[in-house]
Formats: sequence, structure tokens, C-alpha cells
Amino acid sequence: MVLFYLFGATAVVASLLVIAQRNPIYSVLLLIASFGALSGLYVLLDAPFLAVIQIIVYAGAIMVLFLFVVMLLNAPHEDTDYDERLRGAEGPGAISTRSGSMRFGALLAAALIVELVWALTEGEGEAGLFPGESVSSVRAIGRSLFTDYALAFEVTSVLILVAMVGAVLLARRDVPAARGGVM
Amino acid sequence: MIPLLIAQIVLTLFVFFMLLNSAAVMVYFERKVAAMLQHRVGPYLVGPKGLLQPVADVIKLMFKEELRPRAADPLLFALAPIISAAAAFAAFAVVPFGAETTFFGLLSEPLRLQVADVNVAILVIFAIASMSVYGVVLAGWSSNSKYSLLGGLRASAQMISYELSYGLALASVLGMANSLSLTDIVNRQAGVWFHVIPRWFLFVQPLGFLIYMTAGIAETNRAPFDFPEAEQELVAGYHTEYSSMSFAMFFLAEYINMVTVSAVATDLFLGGWHGPFLPESLGWIWFLLKVAAILFFYVWMRWTLPRYRYDQLMHFGWKVLLPLAVVNLLATAAGVLSFGL
Repeated sequence: MVLFYLFGATAVVASLLVIAQRNPIYSVLLLIASFGALSGLYVLLDAPFLAVIQIIVYAGAIMVLFLFVVMLLNAPHEDTDYDERLRGAEGPGAISTRSGSMRFGALLAAALIVELVWALTEGEGEAGLFPGESVSSVRAIGRSLFTDYALAFEVTSVLILVAMVGAVLLARRDVPAARGGVM
Repeated sequence: MIPLLIAQIVLTLFVFFMLLNSAAVMVYFERKVAAMLQHRVGPYLVGPKGLLQPVADVIKLMFKEELRPRAADPLLFALAPIISAAAAFAAFAVVPFGAETTFFGLLSEPLRLQVADVNVAILVIFAIASMSVYGVVLAGWSSNSKYSLLGGLRASAQMISYELSYGLALASVLGMANSLSLTDIVNRQAGVWFHVIPRWFLFVQPLGFLIYMTAGIAETNRAPFDFPEAEQELVAGYHTEYSSMSFAMFFLAEYINMVTVSAVATDLFLGGWHGPFLPESLGWIWFLLKVAAILFFYVWMRWTLPRYRYDQLMHFGWKVLLPLAVVNLLATAAGVLSFGL
């Protein structure tokens, strides 16, 4: 129970700090910390497979890409100055789009809170939905993934394939043109 | 009779200190083997046959000044070596290195020679390996130096590229063993075929072993894949700006990662602690011998092969090693399905 509160508090505090940071690199690292705490919670829930997958996929793979993007765009240090300049240069128009996106964000946050409250108050009794075996054993997870959820699994894999092909296409966009229309 | 909990704690501390020592032993070993390969003598002044050379090195490193570039990010600059070293130590926690033993009746219950018996051990190793990228990336970025940044980016690109082949080689072994637990995998390799050939996965997965070792060398950034620290181009790569003990931590992490990769290779392909002549309770001797053999191979490689070019490395990783690993995995899966090996 102590561990639960420890991991829970770490996850919540780290997630809050993610949006309170000015330096995006720190945001990325705090998000990783939050993922780590989440994976600790999975271990406490007796789902070590899920915990390890959380680390491999989110903390290990996706966040490395985030870190690359942040580092290569060189956003840190000048981030806040940049915002100031943008606001000063473009005048009221920039401010209005900014506040527009802020309003949209606030709307999304409000919708999320309503949903969470609804789910926590109405969605009672779903905690025992999965039998203990199905989340702790790799074999059981694999079996249900390829029988009950086979369609969702295959559709997801096709989606990832499409995303991959799309990324390659976007990255290679100007190559045929440079070769004088060989392709 | 000592209770199991205390024995477990003692074992954990023991593994920790052994890993620390293994780095020191590796420094001496590497220098001696390098000298042997180059017809030199190697360290011989400090202690008998130069055996105290690592101690002298550590003392020298401890008394060096801790430098930090003025433009560096102080927090991340301090954090990066800690992440590297911690990840290196953590990975060994799930590696079993011997059968259950009571230490000749010293313990009431048999103790498993492994810090933590996790049933998804292979994935834990993989997860921690993917976390160790952060130490290198952050070291490169926070130093605020172009050599460090380039070294860090190279290291992380290399580690991410070879992680895929590494993972696929692991996957083909766990397909054969039908388990994610390293202890189960080792126990699957007990016994012999036709009274001579040990039932090691090396003999059914030769390609898998080659892929695993190649990717493992690239993962630990060792020659001939030591681009992150290609000294002709990058001074010293991501740890250019580090000195004293924070440099020592990167050094430590590199050697411990080598030991871990070798230990995992022993468990996966070389039958772990199983071997002839010795009783099961002394199986850790076999384990140590096999790990030492792989480590010797590591050092031998370093002083034999020249460094690749960076584009060759990426080409090899993505266009040769990865397809090979995929084919190996598919062949293994087909073999397991049709013959039930």
C-alpha cells in the first residue's frame, strides 16, 4: 500500500511537472519518470508483462524519439523568448489564435474531467472484469490477443504499416524530382 | 541455519560487489590481452604482474578534479552518468548464474543464484537496455559541446538500430524455449545429444547466436562498433567533457554492460551453468568460465578488427543484420511449429 501511494504520487507529480517545465527536455524526462511510476503500479497489480512492455514501448522507444525531436529542433533555452517575440511581432492576431487554442485546450480538459468523474461514479463493478491469469501470464495475453481480439490486433498492425509507408513517402518526397523525374 | 531473506540480501550485495570488481578485472584483462596481441608486456609495475593496476587507476580517477563546462546543464550533466551506471547494474538483477543451492547445508532452504526471479526476465533485460540509451543521449546533450552531442546522437542511433536485431535474436531463443524466464531457458539446455553434443541453443541457433553477439557488441558500443567514441573524429564522444568519477561511471557502465551481455549470452545460448564433471551446486564455475570466454572474445575482437565507417554500420544494421534476424525468427517459428523442437 505504501508502494502504491509512492508510485501513484510520483506519477501524478511528474505528470504535473511535465507541463510546468519551461525546458522541453525536462518535460520529456519527467514524462519518462511518470511512465516508470506507472509501470511500478502495473507490477503492484501483478501484471509484470504489462509493466515491462510499458517501459520498452513508451519509456524506451517513443520517448527516445521525443527526446531526439526536442534535441534536434533545439527548442530549449530560447523557447520562452521565442514566444515573446512571436507575440510582439504578429500583434493581436497571434494572441487571438493563442487564446483560441487555449480555449480549445480548456474545453478538452473539462470534457476529460467530466468523463473521468462519470467513469469513476458510474463505472462501478468493472474492476473484476479480467480474471487474474489473463493479465499476469504472457501466454494468456497472447491467446486472447490472437483469438478474441484478433481483428483489432490485425487492424492495428495494418494501421502501423500504413503509417510507416506514409513516413517513408514523406521523407523521400523530393528524391524523384531531384533525379529529374526518373521515377 | 540462516534465514532465506538474509541470504537473499547478502546475495544481492555480493552480486553488486562482484559487478564492481568485474569492471576492475576487465580493465586489467583487457590491457593484458591487448598487450599479448601486440607483443607488448602490458601493465607489470604495480603489484605482482601488474595485478594492482586497476586499483591504481581507480585511485587516480578519484583524486582527479571534477570538471563541468560552464555552459553545461548542471542537473542533467550530473544525472547522465548515474543513469548509465544504474541501468548497467539493474540489468544484471534478473540474470541467473547458478542452480539452486543450499551452500552445503548452510541454508535451510535452497537459494536460487539470481537476484530477482522475474518470469519475464528477457523482457526486463531488453527494457533496461533501452533505458540505458538515455544516459548516453543526455550526457551528449547536456555537455553542450559539439563532439559530445555528435557522439551522443551516434550512440543512441546505433543502440536503437541494433536493439531491433538484438530483440529478434532473443525472440527466436524464447520461441525455442517456450518461456520468458531465463531460469527455464537454461534448464531447457540441460543434458546432451548423442552423448557428446551438449543441448545448448548455440547448436540449434547458430545464426541467432551470431546476430545476438553482433548486436550485443553494437549495443555496448565496443569496437569495431565504437563510433560514439571514435577518437579520430569525436575526441571521446559523449563523455568528452566528463572527468574524474563521473567519467569512471561511464567506464564502469560500459564494462558491466559487457559482462551482462556475456552473461545473458551464456544463459541463452551456452547452457548457463550446465556442464560436465562438476556437480549441479558448483555449476556457477562453468558459468564464470563461459562468461570469461565470451569476454575474451570481446577483447580479441576489439584488437583485431578496425572500426567500421558510420554509414557502413547503419547499412549493416538495417539491411543485413535485421533481415537476417527476421528470417532466423521466421525459420525458428516454422521449425518449432512443424517439429515441436
